[in-house]
Amino acid sequence: MSHTAGEEALEPLMGRALGQIERLGAWVIGSIQYWGKAWIFLWYLLKGVVTPPLRLRLVFEQIAQIGFHSTFVVALIGIFTGAVLAVQGEYTLSKFGATAFTGPAVALSLIRELGPVLTALMVIGRAGSAITAELGIMKITEQVDALRSMAVDPMKYLMVPRFIAGCIAVPLLTAIFIAVGIFGGYIVAVSVLGLSSGTFVSQMVSAVGTVDVYSGFIKACVFGFIFGWVSCFKGHTCGFGAIGVNKATTQSVVTSSVCILVTDYFLTSILTRVFL
Amino acid sequence: MISVRGVSKSFGSQVVLRRLSLEVEEGKTTTIVGPSGAGKSVLLKLIMGILQPDEGEIDVCGYSVTDASSEADRNAIRENLGVLFQSAALFDSLTVYENVAFPLTECKMLHRDEAHERVIELLESLSLVKYARKLPQEISIGIRKRVGLARALAVEPKVLLFDEPNTGLDPLVGQEVYDLIAESQQSQGFTGVVISHELPEVFQVSDRVVMLLRGNIVMEGTPEDFQNTDNPEVVQFLHGRVDGPIRIQ
Ligand SMILES: Nc1ncnc2c1ncn2[C@@H]1O[C@H](COP(=O)(O)OP(=O)(O)OP(=O)(O)O)[C@@H](O)[C@H]1O
Ligand SMILES: [Mg+2]
Repeated sequence: MSHTAGEEALEPLMGRALGQIERLGAWVIGSIQYWGKAWIFLWYLLKGVVTPPLRLRLVFEQIAQIGFHSTFVVALIGIFTGAVLAVQGEYTLSKFGATAFTGPAVALSLIRELGPVLTALMVIGRAGSAITAELGIMKITEQVDALRSMAVDPMKYLMVPRFIAGCIAVPLLTAIFIAVGIFGGYIVAVSVLGLSSGTFVSQMVSAVGTVDVYSGFIKACVFGFIFGWVSCFKGHTCGFGAIGVNKATTQSVVTSSVCILVTDYFLTSILTRVFL
Repeated sequence: MISVRGVSKSFGSQVVLRRLSLEVEEGKTTTIVGPSGAGKSVLLKLIMGILQPDEGEIDVCGYSVTDASSEADRNAIRENLGVLFQSAALFDSLTVYENVAFPLTECKMLHRDEAHERVIELLESLSLVKYARKLPQEISIGIRKRVGLARALAVEPKVLLFDEPNTGLDPLVGQEVYDLIAESQQSQGFTGVVISHELPEVFQVSDRVVMLLRGNIVMEGTPEDFQNTDNPEVVQFLHGRVDGPIRIQ
């Protein structure tokens, strides 16, 4: 083959362009494979949930780990979130001379939106990273291999209890968050902002319907599901060494948070339509 | 009892095992020796069905590990196995006692009280009683190894795989471990695979010895064969010489 001078000058450029395209292709294939893995993992996870025996003791242990130990933080965040909502709500509503609706504003924001989302984010920060790190370290120190060598399925022994615990703990913590938040909002509205206690409560009771509670509850369940899935999956796919665990925990927190906020938008759109 | 036929395994571009074949006879102890990175631990994981070979077949107790299609099938085979991992691989959220009891309560599904007697017996025979309440992080690697050994022996499996049972142990305890392996071999009659760098001490528990190098077997025979051989690679390895046909990578 003979090359003209122009072609020869082009060759490295072509090579670089091809290299870029190759890398893009590798990235696309890699991401698709990764997502595929995540869904296959979910399939096995759900299969593990429905096939007996379920180790209830482990589930309770994990509920204590994820749920009970997060109660204080969740309640603390809840009370201040409620308080802030009361202040902000009263300010906004005062522009329309409608401060009487501060109660419903606080309660509806908490029940429909902030309760599930903030609780899920708190639990991810506190327990999601811990689950991923624990599972990841168990994997890289051969503890998972040891389980398998003893004919104990790590999916059933490690992942399933954590996943179920997440699905149960997040809605329960959300309920606590909302209750404490409304209490915080009430205290601030009545004692600091000087709103009438009767108005706050009666307006709130008449404005909040069961549909609001349902939609908050459904959100919390879905968030718990995502939290458990992502945390376990990231632990399961953890790379080697301290760097591997570092990456897995960071990605676990970021991925679950992003997934939850994105899902939140779609869920909200769907739920407001369904529960009209 | 264990039959490995034409097994190859690579990680990416790194070839670890090349068409390796190996037979482990029932009731005998086979020792695998070879330099670091030869693929000894990988071979054990292939036998356990934790890693899948790129090609070849592995049978354990007459069942094919490589053909087992589901984790449940592989678990049925693994019920016959007891494994001591190179790193001991103790569960770090459980105490020494709970670690040894684990295979009894979680795999054999025994009640705690039923398992208790056996656990105590094992802890005593390995002089581990005083560590029973400690967590793995609180004890030295040598003691961790012994706990791993107790855990592997707990269910009296038909096949025992020991990955470097003596590394990290002092000479006295090391000898105790050999005695224990020989003793339990006599009383339980298990089929053993021992990986070790302790030459020639490990020969006292070996019926057969296999040397792995560059992903394949360079020599197979009785301990006597090994001590009398003039195969330059084996001689170099046995005597730990730096100069010779084996290059340290
Ligand atoms: N999960 C894995 N992923 C990638 N490479 C691996 C993996 N496991 C083992 N290897 C590679 O396989 C090779 C053989 O490892 P192996 O642990 O079997 O060595 P070994 O013979 O047990 O050595 P040692 O005596 O030091 O324990 C090593 O070079 C290692 O890098
Ligand atoms: Mg090894």
